[in-house]
Amino acid sequence: MVLEEIFSAFLGIFTDYTLRYVALGSAILGITSGALGCFTVLRKQSLFGDALAHAALPGIGFAYLFAGTKDSLLLMLGAAIFAWFGGIITLAITSTTRIKQDAALGITLSVFFGLGIVLLTYLQNIGGASQGGLDRFLFGQAAALIESDVINLGILASFCFAVLIVFYKEFKITTFDSSFGKSLGFPIKYINALLTSVIVVAVVIGLHTVGVVLMVSMLIAPAAAARQWTSNLKNMIILSAIFGGLSGIIGSMISSTTEGMSTGPVIVITITAILGISLLFSPKQGYLFRYLRNQRKSPSPLDEIKTTDKERSNHGNF
Amino acid sequence: MMEQKSSEKNSRAEKKSSVIIRNLSVTYRTEPALWNIDLDLPDGKMIAIVGPNGAGKSTLIKAVMGLVPITAGKVSVFGKSYSKNRNKVAYVPQRGSVDWDFPTDALDVVEMGLYGKLGWFHRPNSKTRDLALECLDKVGLSDYAERQIGELSGGQQQRVFVARALAQNAQIYLMDEPLNGVDAITEKTILSILENLRKEGKTIVMVHHDLQTVDKYFDWVVMVNRNLIATGPIKEVFTKTNLDRTYQEKQRMSIQ
Repeated sequence: MVLEEIFSAFLGIFTDYTLRYVALGSAILGITSGALGCFTVLRKQSLFGDALAHAALPGIGFAYLFAGTKDSLLLMLGAAIFAWFGGIITLAITSTTRIKQDAALGITLSVFFGLGIVLLTYLQNIGGASQGGLDRFLFGQAAALIESDVINLGILASFCFAVLIVFYKEFKITTFDSSFGKSLGFPIKYINALLTSVIVVAVVIGLHTVGVVLMVSMLIAPAAAARQWTSNLKNMIILSAIFGGLSGIIGSMISSTTEGMSTGPVIVITITAILGISLLFSPKQGYLFRYLRNQRKSPSPLDEIKTTDKERSNHGNF
Repeated sequence: MMEQKSSEKNSRAEKKSSVIIRNLSVTYRTEPALWNIDLDLPDGKMIAIVGPNGAGKSTLIKAVMGLVPITAGKVSVFGKSYSKNRNKVAYVPQRGSVDWDFPTDALDVVEMGLYGKLGWFHRPNSKTRDLALECLDKVGLSDYAERQIGELSGGQQQRVFVARALAQNAQIYLMDEPLNGVDAITEKTILSILENLRKEGKTIVMVHHDLQTVDKYFDWVVMVNRNLIATGPIKEVFTKTNLDRTYQEKQRMSIQ
């Protein structure tokens, strides 16, 4: 029964005009946030990504309040400005006060999100039904995507990838060893700002499909899953993009089977399933294979001495 | 006493110094980390920077490269600011300063030493790869080129960092505790590499914590505890009096 529905949804990508754009938009988000999320995860800035996403919400409200339209580009611009603003405020709090980063992120995240909710409820009360649809940015409603939205998302995503390809070397060195990068003369501050900017763009793309609340999982989960399968940054980025894109397509298909089901949560559950499978079954680091390896050969103290003798030449996996 | 002074004078006169530090002060928030340092680092020497924890040893070499904000004073490298001569300086950060779980291999890390010369928009290529492999070979790790860095032992990781500095092909090597907690093979390898560099006339400046080996490995010492306590040739400066002044009473036990 359920399988049948999913199957017909799958066919729908090719036949159903609306679903095609929904799936495409979700895939664009998944690919972009998957690729850029690798840097968020490797820099241990996952919560920073979360704060950026939450901070975007009041931006949508203000953009609607001042522009009076639901034009997606304007709403995205408002969201981007506020996400950026939230990021800067977090950095300002940590660098000028004794408040540590986790607390600063908590402050930004909750204050901006609270402001966003207040704004949206206010708009709902004054605008009545015409406001309908702004709250879809909370959990995402990809079903509302139309062709022009998808084209906009595609352009933004291409911009992100262009930046990522051009500055790959710089992003890599500042992520791995920023003080060494600085000693070589790379302007760490500007590179970090650029990286944050493209992550903001990814967050803004995600507003349509997963919404501000769940956006962070689209940054973390594909990257964490990809890291299980590879120890090469380039491969990790590619794999993470694939995982993100797949979860976008599968998630939007599943949510299309039920009327009014938010896309965001379904996409997030899908990517979490991919993460779960990766954690369990990836050959090098997965729980299952680690368990099997330990079963096959429980090491005795003597074995250990032998392996250190050979300078671990045959033991790559631990 | 007279003799010592005149010999110090002589060695000062004949030694050219490419790193000159004047009135350097560094403050973190309100805590002074370094206070009014005047220091010339002579060319072609193996120089140890010693001092207790929190004395500002790392801060001193970071200040030379402008990695920490300088509150007051000036640093010149080959007569100019560091930013104009940065390609003449190689840097080995503390091993613990990076995440070794980062998804990359040993060769890739060494190649990063060449990023500065590549500059913007240029990608690493087969040439940088060969150069990096050569440097990895010098530290005895050519068999580990494609090994994920997290799978290397601590000593091997440290040698990867040294290889990366070699790739920079500099005149001055600033190293932050490269011998801290490494195995005997690594210590030997690193020291023989540094000895070769010194013979080529390069300058090695190393933050070092093991006081027992200072006179064995180095020929010049900088003793620092927020203030500069003493600097000069080991034989003249690395004395008990100076050590006591550097480490003060409570730390004396560890010296003996």
